[in-house]
Amino acid sequence: MTDVADTVEPAIDPALRAEALESLLLERGLVDTKTIEGFIHTYETAVGPMNGAKVVAKAWTDPEYRQRLLTDGTAAIAELGFKGPQGEHMVVVENTPSVHHVVVCTLCSCYPWPVLGLPPSWYKDPAYRARVVKEPRAVLAEWGTELGPDVDVQVHDSSSEVRYLVLPERPPGTEGMTEEELVGLVTRDTMVGVRKVQAP
Amino acid sequence: MQLDVDGPAAPPRSNGELVFAEPWEGRAFGLTMALVHGAVLDYETFRTALMERIAAWEVAPPPGEEFRYYRCWLAALEQVLGRAGLVSPDDVLRRSVEFAARPAGHDHRHDDHDHSH
Repeated sequence: MTDVADTVEPAIDPALRAEALESLLLERGLVDTKTIEGFIHTYETAVGPMNGAKVVAKAWTDPEYRQRLLTDGTAAIAELGFKGPQGEHMVVVENTPSVHHVVVCTLCSCYPWPVLGLPPSWYKDPAYRARVVKEPRAVLAEWGTELGPDVDVQVHDSSSEVRYLVLPERPPGTEGMTEEELVGLVTRDTMVGVRKVQAP
Repeated sequence: MQLDVDGPAAPPRSNGELVFAEPWEGRAFGLTMALVHGAVLDYETFRTALMERIAAWEVAPPPGEEFRYYRCWLAALEQVLGRAGLVSPDDVLRRSVEFAARPAGHDHRHDDHDHSH
């Protein structure tokens, strides 16, 4: 074991450091186990892209809701009961045949938790965060999203002030589907804007 | 023990991907949110520290080390708690060393983790 003073961070296994930190905070009465586990459980099970999929399917089937969603994303999303940390300043951007939106957080990992849950590892990865700004078409093509030269690609940088959600295009051939059926088509990647929704 | 793929013991997945790659990542996340919830920690202060940690890694990535988001997260959490005078880096280190010295077979709460990196 090396000297205490110069090994503050990388030498110790992070699992051990996290456990040590938690035990100290518990001892000092700054947190309690129930609250910690409540947050873990919520973000592992209850909050995720299925929430955002419900928002999208409702917007596809209810024009008035769609309008409210595009006008005040935070309020329209809260109508469906989705709110909480990192969902306070939501802006919803709509993909159309002529405009394609894609979302990134260039500085860290800002992401709309109430509708998408916690971000996937690729969203937090330095490569995605740097490249999608510089060469969005190339990055999208790697995701299988080939866009014609006539399509305007807009990259949105989420931050603590604004968190973006993409309202993807409803795919052709889904006219007969109900709102509940449409929910199943909408994936996380389509609401970040790296993919398009596919018809079944 | 039977493999539980859908029940409460199943690893959490989001679109097929684990929400937390290792159990300690979930603890670090839950701990941070609990501190924010209890107004012990300001989320924006934490987020600023997290951005600094990520930027520092990107400026000088350790050779051969892949980016590990929750390592930055944990380091940021330790940093803000240290600066707030709530838990010093020395305290964390001493407690970590104590835990590391537990006898083999001790019932660790965290699972065996990947030592390959």
